[in-house]
Amino acid sequence: MSQPQLPVADPEPDETGTTEDLSAETGRSSGAVASASQRRLIWWRFRKHRLAMIGMWLLVIMYTVAAFAGFFAPFSTSSYEGQHAYHPPQVPQFSFAEGLYVHPTTGHTDLETLAPVFEENTEEFIHLRFFVHGDEYKLLGLIETDIHLFGPSEPGERWYALGADRTGADLLSKIIYGSQISLSIGLVGVAVSLLLGLLLGGISGYFGGTVDTILQRVIELFMSIPTLPLWLGLAASVPPQWGAVPTYLMITVILSLLGWTSLARVIRGRLLQIRDEDYVLAANLDGVSTGRIIFRHMVPAFTSHIIATVSLAVPAMILSETALSFLGLGLRAPAVSWGVLLQDAQSVNVIATAPWLLIPGLAVVLAVVAFNFVGDGLRDSADPYGKRS
Amino acid sequence: MAVSFLRARRRRKMAPVKAPRELAAVAVEPEEMSDPGAILDIQNLRTTFRTDEGEVNAVNDISLVVQRGRTTCIVGESGSGKSATARSIIQVVDNPGMVESGRILFRAEPEGPVHDIAALSETGDGIRSIRGSQIGLIFQEPMSSLSPVHTIGNQIAEVLELHTDLDETQIRERVIAELTAVGIPDPEERIDAYTFQLSGGMRQRAMIAMALIARPSLLIADEPTTALDVTTQAQILDLLADLKRDLSMTMIFITHDLGVVAEIADDVVVMRHGKVLETGPVEQIFHAPQHPYTKELLASLPQRESGTGATEPVREVPPRVEVSDAVEMSVRHDEPDVEPLLRIEGLRMEFDSVSGSMFSRGQKKRIVAVNDVSLQIAPGSTLGLVGESGCGKTTLGRCVMRAYRPTAGQIHYDDGGHAVDLATLSKKELRPYRRLIRMVFQDPYGSLNPRMTVREVIGEPLRAAGLAQGSELDDRVEAMLERVGLRRAMGSRYPHAFSGGERQRIGIARALITDPTLVVADEAVSALDVSVRTQILELLAELQQELGLTYLFISHDLSVVERVCDRVAVMYYGNLVEEGPAQSVFENPQHGYTQALLSAVPIPDPRLRGSRPRIVYRPEEAA
Amino acid sequence: MLRFTLYRVLHVIPTLIIISIISFFIIQLPPGDFLTTQIAALEAQGESLDPAQLEALRIRYGIGEPFWVQYWKWISNIVLHGDFGLSFQYQRPVADLISERLGLTVLLGLATLILTWVIALPAGVISAIRQHKAADYIISVLGFVALAVPNFLAALALAYIGFRFFGQSVGGLFSAEYVNAPWSFGRVLDLLEHLWIPVVVIALAGTAGIIRTTRANMLDELHKPYVTTARAKGLPEGRTIRKYPLRIALNPFVSTAGWNIPSIFDGEVIVATVLALGTTGPLLLGSLRSQDMYLAGGIILIIAVLTVIGTFISDLLLAAVDPRVRFGKA
Repeated sequence: MSQPQLPVADPEPDETGTTEDLSAETGRSSGAVASASQRRLIWWRFRKHRLAMIGMWLLVIMYTVAAFAGFFAPFSTSSYEGQHAYHPPQVPQFSFAEGLYVHPTTGHTDLETLAPVFEENTEEFIHLRFFVHGDEYKLLGLIETDIHLFGPSEPGERWYALGADRTGADLLSKIIYGSQISLSIGLVGVAVSLLLGLLLGGISGYFGGTVDTILQRVIELFMSIPTLPLWLGLAASVPPQWGAVPTYLMITVILSLLGWTSLARVIRGRLLQIRDEDYVLAANLDGVSTGRIIFRHMVPAFTSHIIATVSLAVPAMILSETALSFLGLGLRAPAVSWGVLLQDAQSVNVIATAPWLLIPGLAVVLAVVAFNFVGDGLRDSADPYGKRS
Repeated sequence: MAVSFLRARRRRKMAPVKAPRELAAVAVEPEEMSDPGAILDIQNLRTTFRTDEGEVNAVNDISLVVQRGRTTCIVGESGSGKSATARSIIQVVDNPGMVESGRILFRAEPEGPVHDIAALSETGDGIRSIRGSQIGLIFQEPMSSLSPVHTIGNQIAEVLELHTDLDETQIRERVIAELTAVGIPDPEERIDAYTFQLSGGMRQRAMIAMALIARPSLLIADEPTTALDVTTQAQILDLLADLKRDLSMTMIFITHDLGVVAEIADDVVVMRHGKVLETGPVEQIFHAPQHPYTKELLASLPQRESGTGATEPVREVPPRVEVSDAVEMSVRHDEPDVEPLLRIEGLRMEFDSVSGSMFSRGQKKRIVAVNDVSLQIAPGSTLGLVGESGCGKTTLGRCVMRAYRPTAGQIHYDDGGHAVDLATLSKKELRPYRRLIRMVFQDPYGSLNPRMTVREVIGEPLRAAGLAQGSELDDRVEAMLERVGLRRAMGSRYPHAFSGGERQRIGIARALITDPTLVVADEAVSALDVSVRTQILELLAELQQELGLTYLFISHDLSVVERVCDRVAVMYYGNLVEEGPAQSVFENPQHGYTQALLSAVPIPDPRLRGSRPRIVYRPEEAA
Repeated sequence: MLRFTLYRVLHVIPTLIIISIISFFIIQLPPGDFLTTQIAALEAQGESLDPAQLEALRIRYGIGEPFWVQYWKWISNIVLHGDFGLSFQYQRPVADLISERLGLTVLLGLATLILTWVIALPAGVISAIRQHKAADYIISVLGFVALAVPNFLAALALAYIGFRFFGQSVGGLFSAEYVNAPWSFGRVLDLLEHLWIPVVVIALAGTAGIIRTTRANMLDELHKPYVTTARAKGLPEGRTIRKYPLRIALNPFVSTAGWNIPSIFDGEVIVATVLALGTTGPLLLGSLRSQDMYLAGGIILIIAVLTVIGTFISDLLLAAVDPRVRFGKA
């Protein structure tokens, strides 16, 4: 910071939010704190929150991988090898002569146990290299290419880093492609919820009175009924013949229709609280126009809280999509999402033969935990005067 | 039978049975006390708050002696460590604080054994046997210091369950007797009341009953009247004095209010930043203070003529009564000649209120916050609006600001010759007057947008009125910063970088940046420590003189009003009960409520203690 | 208290009415009326309905009439005659199908609720008292993870563990020999043996949420002045915490218990489906998949009504423990 170092005014020990507290909280010099904006203070506090930072980096990585899925996934979603159905994961081996490699396998079904059996051909090698040519894909939907980050060096060779699914497709590739839907449905769903929440919460908080009372009762009603049966009911009414995109949109709308309530409550609560702040009254008495009061004085005061609430709402959406798809009422194959992938793992018998089919579940857990960490960290950091409640 | 047996067992489990052994371990020779007549001898006490960022010494190596049978007042401003000292004595310092080092020698009986209670374990039986039974504690906020989900009877009885062998009926009798003693009417019913069903004064009485029911030899009262209105404060102070005499107790009284000290103290301890600066008998502290800080504190008190025994306030000659200021002088002496700047007529403000009970929700009650008030303020003068909490003074101020639209009545504002009725103007029509009538808020924290720099905060009204922009705006803001005693460069900082007093200066700068004529100051100095308060009051007076401002000064603090106001208006339950020149209202109050209010204000001179009878105002209609 | 109860009852009635409307709305959602769907389905199987019977059904359900008329016929039959309509898939009255399974659902729900409390309350309190100590961190991290694991995944994982390491036959709430057996001591034991997996799984997510609420409430209350007051009286530390902050922190806990009921039913649907339990969840899912709408609507209605009643009870409990609510001061 190139800010000139200013001598800091006497802090009074008993008061909250003095420069000393803040500089301790944020680990910055009190001179820097004195001229730091709230956003900067929040960011400084957030950076001291270790779990939140881990969560944030996890999310950055996951969304990057999702955005460049074709590059990170060794295979495309449509590439499969029937004889490799339920192929177990192959750990790459290393020798100085061959570099990283796996052996090719041939699969058949054991006629007695009916279990799939795979035999390694230790004579031959499948070399694993970086930046290899493989299945063609469009990077970001624009640039046509066939370069993959890591995979078998010759196109047509198979390698199952996390095993294969029921059809003999590479599970790792499917998880990476699945993240596109699973991670985005949470964001889109929350965006729609947020819109509804802002609108209804805003109306409720701004008008107050009877409108407020009615909306509050509606919200309470929504919160007091089990949502999953409702989701199921609504989702079941989405015609199975619909394509992937309309289904995706419908599911998003259904999830957000029932998810806006908690957001609306938060927004209304914050709005009512901020409306009563002295500095808003002061702005009113300054003759500031209503628009400027709302956008310059009130909105900045709750954006951080809204962001925190939203980042805590995203994981719930991800979990819901997974659950719906898992139950066969959400997205259906050939669409690829983590929930759809988990459909394969519905019975204990399947899991007993191919436990790796639960791995998409781990991806869900990781994403949800990351979002929760970030949301928690944001909520803690967003407190304007560092008063912990 | 079985039930009472169980209850007896439970009580034995609660009672501090291991106390004698633990106390014996910390016994010290009586000779080690610095004064044989003392009940408490604190030696080199250090209490620290351990936080992630390091240690803070709230109490920093202090020593003090409390004489048996006397009232020792510990005074200091916020952050002085006075409260931490009181709590250290029985080791109930809030987390993460703890008694770090030092000795606290406590001698419960005049010739009894002496124990170093600082050496006891914080959660052990030893200290528990002293808490509540030997040393009682009263806190500032009776609402939050009592559990909201237990009846007051239950909470008071607990002390006896712990420290006596009385059975249930005996305990209940004792509690009722104690409630009677502290002046709670209908104690047989109130014993089963919850805190939210009692008024603030009643709650504090219940708290006192709880602290005293086990007849402790030492009572520690930590700001027990700070949260109360001045009339209630007077009652509680009288009650404490009576009880102390009747029960021949020793009392340690923590306060920031020197007026209260003058009323009740025998000995005074002045603290600042965790250190003891000065100790001595109350006479000596008030009339021959040694330490400069003590002198500074005393200087912030309203001066009164001593020795006459009368309560006549002697006004400081205000610096603004200069010959050159013709308007001001004429105002003071014959104001009818001058057209008032603001003329309020028949102002009435009602609020819809959802009544307290859940069952009758929907039945809206109209609350009349301001009832038919008429007032005038002459240009260049200061009108003080006083009253206790809930009297409608803030509502009146906000009606003048048109933060509220009054239910009825007119607010005539003299806009350069022609009068405008602000009460009926629309939001748009009001805009030009937003510049002329400005407000200074009570809370220096909440009233500044934490997300704007000080430059933006102060510039906001100029920008909104379209009076200046760009570098001209910045220049005016910086000039204003300098005018209120801050540095120009501070404009780029955010409000969190300032102390309470500085923030209030920023609030004043914001109010004055548009060259207003009328400033409504709503409890503008109430949240500040006394020394800072004096500076802000001086600043306001200077600015008034320089800019020819008119003030509507709203405050619950009579001593402040007396010091700065030309005329005073007194409100009571929404009604204006008295209005007149400050001097005559203070010297010769006409209305019963004003008389009661004035008689309740502590006289900041120990020599005049008891020289003035308390007047109690009990109108028939007051509920 | 009586007036409070009456007041709450008055609040519950409109909620119930709206819930029934929503349930019926869902019944109506699939395109076309369900009779046509059913006829098509029957015809596909080479069967056909007697036209007279068809007409009777049409009148019975008010097919072709406006929404409100159909709704009224549906709800009045339920309220007056306990008639939830007919399941086309099973060709049996919906009421019979539900009543067969509802007992187990409620049992599962109650067991889950109790387990949630038993785990979450002490964990939350310990986490608050030992703030920033090892116990707090462990509980918090476990809570985060529990919150993040989809419950069907947890069910699958536990089922797999039970299958793999304990040789437990998973699926259903009874072992084969007890499925159709009359109630006996052995059958109860068998039920308990099977009950723990679904109960633990459903409780998992709810527990994490309640631990966090309890912890936050306790942290708020632990630093309130009345706790210092209690200490200043000489109360022992344990009793101070039990009598004061815990008591007050419990209030939001009691009221969140009500909000928690919907999530228990949500969990039940998924977990019961994964573990093939004989509760209402799989029945609901099946009926939705086959568009057996009267069955689906009936189950949704029953579950929602149970939830509302549960919330109602928790509100009454809250009023019982908190005088501020009772006297309308909070």
